[in-house]
Amino acid sequence: MQDINIKITDRNGVKHDIVAPTDMAMNLMEVVRSYELAEEGTIGICGGMAMCASCQCYVNSDTELPAMTDDEDAMLAEAFDVEDNSRLGCQIQMTPEMEGLEVTLAPES
Amino acid sequence: MITTDILIIGAGPTGLFTIFEAGLLKLKCHLIDALPQPGGQCSEIYPKKPIYDIPAYPEILAGDLTDKLIEQTKQFKPGFTLGERAETIDKQEDGSFIVTTNKGTKHHAKIVAIAGGLGSFEPRKPKIESLEKFEDNGVEYIIKEPELYRDKKVVISGGGDSALDWAIFLSDVASEVTLIHRRNEFRGALDSVEKVQELKNAGKIRMITPAEVKGIVGDDKVTGVVVEKKGEDAFTVDTDHFIPLFGLSPKLGPIANWGLEIEKNAIKVNNALDYQTNIPGIYAIGDVNTYPGKLKLILCGFHEATLMCQSAYKRIFPDKKYVMKYTTVGGVEGFDGTKKEAPKAVVKAIE
Ligand SMILES: Cc1cc2nc3c(=O)[nH]c(=O)nc-3n(C[C@H](O)[C@H](O)[C@H](O)COP(=O)(O)OP(=O)(O)OC[C@H]3O[C@@H](n4cnc5c(N)ncnc54)[C@H](O)[C@@H]3O)c2cc1C
Ligand code: FES
Repeated sequence: MQDINIKITDRNGVKHDIVAPTDMAMNLMEVVRSYELAEEGTIGICGGMAMCASCQCYVNSDTELPAMTDDEDAMLAEAFDVEDNSRLGCQIQMTPEMEGLEVTLAPES
Repeated sequence: MITTDILIIGAGPTGLFTIFEAGLLKLKCHLIDALPQPGGQCSEIYPKKPIYDIPAYPEILAGDLTDKLIEQTKQFKPGFTLGERAETIDKQEDGSFIVTTNKGTKHHAKIVAIAGGLGSFEPRKPKIESLEKFEDNGVEYIIKEPELYRDKKVVISGGGDSALDWAIFLSDVASEVTLIHRRNEFRGALDSVEKVQELKNAGKIRMITPAEVKGIVGDDKVTGVVVEKKGEDAFTVDTDHFIPLFGLSPKLGPIANWGLEIEKNAIKVNNALDYQTNIPGIYAIGDVNTYPGKLKLILCGFHEATLMCQSAYKRIFPDKKYVMKYTTVGGVEGFDGTKKEAPKAVVKAIE
């Protein structure tokens, strides 16, 4: 399986070019954690169950994303700083289709 | 002043299991937790979800694990200070510690075990102007005393289980309950959603959706909230209380200023020996600590708690000789006079 290139802007506004594996069953929240782009303990609190919104990000590219599940949609309805392009990072799996994805991490809340 | 042998900060699975291991060594424990109930992440974040890697349990719900841990520790009569956050620590001349909570409750112990997990669970506060000014003057984030709302008007906002459950509960206590959420859909257990629907139909809960609370009205106390509903002008809803329920998020908080070595939001400990921190007498166990190879798992917290208690015992009784006994062999003698022990084998001749 191939690696993909994505761009992640952290909470301090710094842009990172990231190479993410597609064969590790990783989601975007886990990529952020493995590269330590957000302080430990401030992202992935619920472990990736769409239950905390600590992994919220804004999608800046027009990458075709997996459809939102009811869980993700409902969690975003309770989160803060939500924009039209908000998604939960833990619900975006690293697949070859995510090549070129660009996101900005939402502020901590 | 509450006095105990081991003061445990955090009543998650790690803190709870510490009571048992300490009890085997005849050491008494008292626990402080910011949450109103024990269980830590297991009770606050995912009580109804299964866990598959607790040894000997192919599957157990996080809420059931909490219940079983509490049951296992009962005979050691632990004390609890719940709904309060440990704020400061003062080392005494004799090497013991006094820990004071945000409510001023003082605890004195020879040993402090920090089992604080990801941190103390603090309410997530919506961004509403002057919200903090009204805290405890009509704005509450956690419901501790339901009686406070007797015959009062209450506005709850949020779309999850706690918003639904409290709306249901308070509909019997308060004079008026209004539930406000950004969507028409709620994220909760099916029976809670159905119950709220029933209460709404019966006129016992007023629903305003999709809408958002944008402001608070009142001088010193809340008298109303400003609500914006999609496609309508903002309007005011009269109320005595506004309860935003947007979940809790863990924050390491005051412990970060206790002079402990912190790395990546966790407390560094000596994992070669006993999970002691850089301050002798203060241990850190479970999710809250870090060392090379650390894994934030429940079973790792149990192991750390066990070794930590042995070390605590040696600190408290430096001159006592001690040998570890299996529970099967030694039984379990509670502080409440109970004793569990393995039944004796029968010795009887066969004619
Ligand atoms: C959705 C989810 C699924 C999980 N699944 C698994 C799994 O399958 N297997 C597994 O092993 N683990 C799992 N975990 C992780 C597991 O829940 C944690 O490892 C475990 O809860 C850690 O226990 P703890 O007692 O160390 O800390 P916690 O459970 O975090 O408890 C710490 C407590 O300390 C309190 N506290 C902290 N600071 C203070 C203070 N200053 N004053 C007062 N109170 C304070 C907090 O309020 C909290 O209640 C999961 C976690 C989540 C969120
Ligand atoms: S990690 Fe909790 S919602 Fe994504």
